[in-house]
Formats: sequence, C-alpha cells, structure tokens
Amino acid sequence: MTEPAITPELVQQHNLTPEEFEKIKGVLGREPSYTELGIFSVMWSEHCSYKNTRPLLKTFPTKSPRILVGAGEENAGIVDIGDGLAIAFKIESHNHPSAVEPFQGAATGVGGIIRDIFTMGARPVCAVNSLRFGPIEAGGNSAHNRRLFAGVVSGIAHYGNCFGIPTIAGEVYFDPSYEGNPLVNAFCLGVLRHEQIARGAAKGAGNPVFYVGPATGRDGLAGAAFASRDLTEETASKQRGAVQVGDPFMEKLVCEACLELLATDAVAGIQDMGAAGLTCSTCETAARAGTGIEIELSLVPQRAPDMTPYEIMLSESQERMLIIVRAGREDEVKRIFDKWDLPWARIGQVTDTGRMIVKHHGAVVADIPAKKLADEAPVYQRESSQPAYLKAVREFSLASVPVSGDPVADLRQLMAWPDLASKNWVYRQYDHTVRDGSVVCPGSDAAVIRLKADSLPPGKADGAVVEKCIALTVDCNAAYVYLDPYEGAKIAVAEAARNLACAGAVPLGTTDNLNFANPHNPESFWQLKESVRGLAEACRFFNAPVTGGNCSLYNQSPNGPIDPTPTVAMVGLIEKPEHITTQWFKDEGDAVILLGGAIDGQDPMRGLGGSAWLQCVRRMKTGAPPRCDLETERGLHNALRGFIACGLIKSAHDCSEGGLAAALAESCISRQIARNTPRLIGAQVDLSFAAGESTRLDALLFGEAQSRVIISVAPHDAVKVVERAKILGLSAAKIGVVGGGELTIKAGAWEGKWPLAELHDLWWNAIARAMDL
Amino acid sequence: MKAKIIVTPKKAVLDPQGKTVQNALEQMGYKGIGAVHVGKYLEIELPGAEAEIWRKPIDEACLRILSNPVIEDYRFVIE
Amino acid sequence: MNFAVLQFPASNCDQDALHVVRNVLGQSGRFVWHKENSLAGMDAVIIPGGFSYGDYLRTGAIARFSPIMQAVREFAAKGGPVLGVCNGFQILCEAGLLPGALIRNRSLQFRCEPVFLKTATRQSPFTHKIPDAQILRLPIAHGEGCYFADDATLDQLAREDRILWQYSDAGGQLTEAANPNGSLRNIAGLCNQARNVAGLMPHPERASEAILGSADGRLIFESLLSWLQTQAAKAA
Repeated sequence: MTEPAITPELVQQHNLTPEEFEKIKGVLGREPSYTELGIFSVMWSEHCSYKNTRPLLKTFPTKSPRILVGAGEENAGIVDIGDGLAIAFKIESHNHPSAVEPFQGAATGVGGIIRDIFTMGARPVCAVNSLRFGPIEAGGNSAHNRRLFAGVVSGIAHYGNCFGIPTIAGEVYFDPSYEGNPLVNAFCLGVLRHEQIARGAAKGAGNPVFYVGPATGRDGLAGAAFASRDLTEETASKQRGAVQVGDPFMEKLVCEACLELLATDAVAGIQDMGAAGLTCSTCETAARAGTGIEIELSLVPQRAPDMTPYEIMLSESQERMLIIVRAGREDEVKRIFDKWDLPWARIGQVTDTGRMIVKHHGAVVADIPAKKLADEAPVYQRESSQPAYLKAVREFSLASVPVSGDPVADLRQLMAWPDLASKNWVYRQYDHTVRDGSVVCPGSDAAVIRLKADSLPPGKADGAVVEKCIALTVDCNAAYVYLDPYEGAKIAVAEAARNLACAGAVPLGTTDNLNFANPHNPESFWQLKESVRGLAEACRFFNAPVTGGNCSLYNQSPNGPIDPTPTVAMVGLIEKPEHITTQWFKDEGDAVILLGGAIDGQDPMRGLGGSAWLQCVRRMKTGAPPRCDLETERGLHNALRGFIACGLIKSAHDCSEGGLAAALAESCISRQIARNTPRLIGAQVDLSFAAGESTRLDALLFGEAQSRVIISVAPHDAVKVVERAKILGLSAAKIGVVGGGELTIKAGAWEGKWPLAELHDLWWNAIARAMDL
Repeated sequence: MKAKIIVTPKKAVLDPQGKTVQNALEQMGYKGIGAVHVGKYLEIELPGAEAEIWRKPIDEACLRILSNPVIEDYRFVIE
Repeated sequence: MNFAVLQFPASNCDQDALHVVRNVLGQSGRFVWHKENSLAGMDAVIIPGGFSYGDYLRTGAIARFSPIMQAVREFAAKGGPVLGVCNGFQILCEAGLLPGALIRNRSLQFRCEPVFLKTATRQSPFTHKIPDAQILRLPIAHGEGCYFADDATLDQLAREDRILWQYSDAGGQLTEAANPNGSLRNIAGLCNQARNVAGLMPHPERASEAILGSADGRLIFESLLSWLQTQAAKAA
C-alpha cells in the first residue's frame, strides 16, 4: 500500500502552514511520511496544542495549597477536599460535532469528559453542562435551532443516564450569535483518595503498552483538526464522517474495569484515547515520562477492513484507553478485562529512546521525538485589536431607552423568555438522582452532592470515609462578555462564586471552557485576551485557581462569530450538611432582606446595560454591562457564609439576569415538590427606600447590578442580620415579608402585583411551549 | 445468506413513536396517509445456502429473545 | 438478613441499593455478579436499576438470560422475596416472573422527577408497613416506564389485588396528569400471584434518607425486612 505524496496542497488540507511544515522537517531532520503528517496535523492543531492560546493560558492562577494536580499537568486537575479525599474535575467542549450531528456530538462530548476523569483514577460521580443555541421561539431559523437543542439534550441524557451519572446542574442560553454554531460544554467530577491518583505517563522502559476497549474503526477521523476550522457548509458536509458514535454501555464497563485494574497497582500509566486517539495518548504519555514508546498497529483491534496506519493513528473511535502496565503484571489486565468481557490487546512497549515509533506489519511508518511532538508545537502571539462595535456600545446612553410602560407585563415577559425561564424541560430528561448523592438537584443556584464511601473507586482502603458536601455551578453571561470582555469574564467568575456562596460553599477551584471565534481575526483575539485577563484576575481574587479546562476556537459560521463565551464551572466545599442552602422562600412570615445595593448609582446604565430586560423587552443588545467590584463581591460571599454558618439564613438567591424582580419571583415560584406540584409562596416587597425622583423604575426592578443576594430569615432574626451586614460593610435592607399567593412589589407610588400560579406557569412551561412548535 | 427479521409493535400497544412520525409526515405535506408503526429490522448473517435448516432456530430465537411476544409481532425471511 | 443485589453489565443503581441495605437498614448484603449461579444463604434479592446491556434490543431482554436468573427463578419458586426496581422490574417482566411489559414513555423522553404514589394494597410483604392513606413521594428516572398488559391481565391484577402502587397526585387521585409515562391504569408497581416477587419503576433506594429529599422509600424496605423477620420467627 502506498501512501500519498506530500505536496503543498496536502499540507494545507491538513491545516498546517508552510512554516509549520518547515518546523516539522526540522524536528524530524527529513520530510515526514503521510502518516507522520497526519500525526503532526492533529497534535499541532489548536484543539490539541493550544498554539494560539498558550501564552494567555499561562496567566491563569493555577496554584493553591489544595491543588494536588494542576492545570496542564494531566488530563484533569485534582483538588484536595480534606480527610485524604480529593476531587478531579474538568470541562470540555464538543461544539463543531454537535452542529453536524447534535445527538452523537453531545453524547460523545459527555463520554470524552467522563474518560478524562476516570483516567485520573477517580470515580465519576456527577456531570454538568453549559449549552448555547440560536433562538427557539417562532421565526427565522428557529426550527433548526430547536432540532439542535432537542438533539443535544437527548444526546447528553442518553450518554449520562446510561453510564449512570447524575447530570446535576447546567445552564442554557439562546442567542442569534450561536445559530449555526451551537456550544456544548460538558463537565464531569470524580472522587478518589490521594493515593489513588493515576498519571498519564509511560514510565519504565520495557513496560508493556496495552489497548483496552472496543475495536478501532474509521469514526471521527481527524476530529481534532475539524474542531480547529471554521464551520462552513463545506467543512460540515466533508466532516459527516467525523462525528464519532458513542456507546455509554461500553464506557461504563471500561470505567469499572479500569478502576478495578488501578486498584491492583499493576498500572504504571494510563490515558484515555480522546481527541487524536492513539496518536495523542501514545505521544503524550511518552513525553510526560521522558521515555519513548513503540507500537505495532497490526496488533490494534480493528473493526473496519484494511485500515491504513494513518487511519488507525488518527481514528477517534470512542471508549478506548491506553494502559502502561508494570512488566510482569500483564495477567491482571487479562483477568479483569475478560471478567468485564472487554477487548484488550498488548500493542507495544515503553522504550528509553525518547521517540514515538509506530510500525505496521513490522515496517516503521512513523518515528518522531515524543517530547517535541507533544510539547513543542509552535506558539503564536496573535494580533489583537479592539473591535469596532465597542465604540457604539460604550457611547450608548440609557436616555435613549424608553422607560418601561408596563413593568408588570415586562416581568411576565422576562420570566417566559427562554434564557431566563425554568430549564426543567431540559433537566427532567437527565437522571439527576442516580448514585444516591444528589442533595440539591437542578433548580437552585448551585447543585449540591454528597460524597460517601461508594463515591470512591475500589481500593485496598480501609477506615471510615468522612462524608463531604460539594457544590457545583456553571456560569457565563455571554452578552456581558460581548459588550465588555474583561468585565464580563470577571463577572462570570464572580457569579459562579456567588452561586456557591448562596449554597453555603467556599470555592475550591475553577475549570474554564473558552469558546471563541477565529483567533486569526484580531478583534476575536482581543476578546479572548481580555476575557482571559478578567477570568485570571477574578479566579485569583476568589482563591479559586484554574485546575484545567478547554479552548474551543474557530466558533463562527457564515453568519459571523459567536459571542465570546468563557464558560466558568466552579466547585465548592460546604463544611457541614446543615449549611446547605437553597434559593426558594420557606415559610410565611419570614423576612426578605436584600444584601447589596438596590441600584448602582455609579453605573451610567443603572444595571440595564446588556441586561435581560434590554434584550428581551427592548430587543437591544448593547450598553456597558454592570461593573463588578471584587472586594464588595467577596465581602458579600464571606458575610453570607458567616450568616449561614450561624443558622440564620433560610433561603439565599443571587440577583443576576432579570435583576431584583426576577430574583424575587424565582424565590417565590421555584420550589418543586413533585410532578405538577410546585410549592408557591408569595412575598410583599417594598423598594420605596431606593425609589427616588430620578430613579428609573425599570432600572430598580430589572437592573442587573452585581454583588447582590436576596435572603430570607426568620422574622426575629431580620434586625440582627441587617445590622451585622452593615457592620461588615455591606449595604443591607429588609425589603419585605414572605407569604400570600402573590408577589407584590411597591416602589413609591407604583405597585406591581403578580399572581403566583400564572407567573409559575409562564416560567415553568416556556421552553416546553417553544419546543412544541 | 441472511435472516431478515422485522419486529413490530402489536396493534393493541400504544405506539407514540409511530404517532409522532405520522404527525410529522402530515405536517410536511404528505396528506392522506394512514397510521405509522415504528418497529425494528434485524439482519443475522448465516453460513451456507440452506435456508430451510435455519427456519426453526430463527423462529425460536425470535420468540425467545429477539421479540417480546407480550408487546411485539415478528416475521422473517431467509435469503 | 442477607440481601443479594444483582449486578449485570451496566447496572448502575446497584451501589445505591447496597448502600441502603447496609447503611440505612443496617443489614448485610453483597453484590451477586450475573455470571454466578447460586443465591445460597440469601434471604432476599434486589434487582437494581440501570441500563443492563445498554438496554440494547429491549430493556432487560438480554439480562434475563444471565446465568444468575435461573437461581432467581428457583429462589422465587421457593417463596423467596425478589424486588425489581426500574430496570430490575423490566428484567422480571422479560423473564416472565411478572406479567406485562414496560415500553417507551408516552412522551418519548426520559423522565426524571419525584412522583406521588398511592399504595393500592397493604396485603404484601412490600407494602404492609406503609401507613394507611400515606401517599409516597419517590423519584422516577426512566425512558421506558410505561406499563403495558392486555385487558385480561389488567383485570386479573385488579381482581387479585396485585397492583401495589399507582401514580397519583398529592391527594391520592389517579389522574392522567399524575401519570409520568402513560402506564395503563397508572400502574407503577405490582406483584406476582404468590406475592413474593414485586417490581416497581420508581426508585425507593433513592428516597430512603431525608437528606435526599424523601425517606418514603424506606417504608418499602422496612416492610420487606419486617416480613422477612416474621417469616424467620415462624420457621424457628
């Protein structure tokens, strides 16, 4: 079989520049073979090498006393949670495949991130996701967007539910910028003891290299390179073969078998075969250990006939793992993988040459220095320039926005707006209770899971397991980031930390998914640079280091680039189960308190810049977004946690999209007891103290000033809480009382009343109604 | 040689998939169609060329595992 | 008492069931792998939920042929109690140990939410300790939970008082709105003629501790435990 000749066209088709090709020749000391060209093209793609973003990513804070495995070291970061236990977590994207085949694209995205967790030796215990699509309400391309939305959700459900992991939190947004380029960011978290941490390093020359999992086929060929290109009609149709098909049943078996194998101590190194499959796993494990690796492709289990070396190396068939076994312990692999009826094959060994050598029927088809391939991809400092559209955004004045004529109708409209409405249409398709660990399910600010003995992988471990409560959230208001990338990204982190605080948790660490457009476009790159600056500053400030994450660039379609979307997933620790707090009002008579200021007088847009109200009711996406003062924000979180620890807080809900009015409404209507059975409880609120002559009512009700939380406390605790908050330097005011069948908000002479049943129906059923179209 | 097996839901069993597909076809403009039933098609590759010796085993397999007689009907050809 | 929790490839509620047996009920229990063929020494069998064999072909269709199922059959024939939850219920129906079948939810979507259950009879090892008139709140999580059987079977079930739980509203009314999957007669769970084998789609093992939102599921396990203890006392 002859391989194609290397021509400039072929190099270009592989998404490599002439300069990169020269660099490859420099590394090899000769021209590459066709297979080697393929290998370099995936390893040096943006998706695998981060060549456009590495300098920026280096600015993230990545250390803290709790970090056991940091960003960039391995497949996922690991954080200590005390008592010898640790958590591994990460977020990753599968955007382009989901645009082409939403069900499988999303499903395999979930599969990939689950593997990244158990390859670290952790038992996966929960999943989270962040999704973005074009608008789903009638009109324009909405039918297509609905199809993608439904496909993605059912793909995630299919994979996560069958694997047996609760999908416990998430966010969903709809915006025209995502038409043609949906975003699917999938997160997974796993648990392990410190001593169970497994590494993806090919240690020990002479150790055998095993392949475990289903046979390799032609699926996903060059998926990594596909992710590193703009999505056009042409690239989409050529890539129809690029979408991998996932088998969650197989993944569950592979996961259990790998965890069992890891418990035997027979494993020297382990890595999943994800993007760039066999190529990435072999070269990265060798590079990490400073060793070499040699594999014989005819020994790789194959399910398609006559596969070429190129195809075998680049295939992204799912659910496969590479395991470096300690010499002499090969029988453990056989015993365990036979028990689970899983295919396995010894395909090579670790060497001390530092080279990755790939043979096919004895003939060498690739011979590459492993470290140079894995670690020495070119690094680019892209040009950046401030986007032209920002001028108009900054000059936009609130005076040009007509004051709301009917705030009562506005709130109804907002609550029924898919971006704000209840996401139960989505999460009721996800199993969110499997594993007996879901303490706070989807529907509150942050999800909370409890970790217990069976959350751990099997091991020789003895001794009682101290139970832990972990809170999770994923956030990004991309409209804010579009309107001010630095501030918007800062707010994404601040909001995540705020959501954790509302649940009673302290942040432990962050994982980020940077979804941006073409980095060769200076304006897009500027958005990326500024977002990273905001993320880095805020993560450092909240002591929530970045433990790892994912970059997804080239997110643009013929319609244009997506809004810059740096998705932030944050994990926190709750000291005691008694501290776990939810967002809905609890009892008639409780006092409603606003922590934080009612209006930000320093903000010329009064919190309406980039707000849900401006987008949904006035149909404008402009204006400088609200500012977040990190000191004030941190003071708020600390105070809130302190009150929670004293047992003073009955509910806590942060103010974000839709401002005070939406936060109050959600506190009244978001408690769901069972199917068709919400527990609605009203509130009488008076904001007159903040309603001055010059105060716009719509800004007061719907402005999205930062650093605010609505809490409810027992009536006799109200005065004490407000006083203590003020002593701590926070603005605080009792604004109302819980009770009744309506939400009423007074502001000076104005009063708005919303019967709860109607508000709940609008909010609860909005997405189901849109999907029935 | 292959056994080509078609498994369909029994008429009495509610077939929401079938109903959904029927609605979709009608909405797309295929007027006047009747009910739609969604089933399964299985192909089993068989050695040799003697269809007759496989008839009974395939029938038994259909009854035992490939279909659930409580809710499904089946038919097959071997060719 | 010794509880066996069966494990098929990709059962994924097995750990939850064992957790409840050991840590909530304080009983002894172990996993029994599908390739084993004995239940010697076991007092009760739980067939947990999950996606055994990926739910490929039909949910439960392949699991029912596992070697362990012969032992389950014999165990049940001798009067041993068997409780199938979710996928376990599906396996019992496919194996013919319970009548009817579970098909795809009417909505065609997977459904995970807490539901209310009315206990239709207290004349069974699985329900006798559930207080009169108490409506249970248990989570469901399934894509194929719609119970189907022909009219003759449904009438027989009713006549023989073998329907154990039905989907209801908070007040115990068997409404259509309360039915999450289209199950005929709102049937959520039932038992065999000898009343020792039961299956239900909702997950009692996910509602046995208050921290998880509801401890109503515990009543089902305690009914079973109490029945076992009574049987053991009689035998002594």
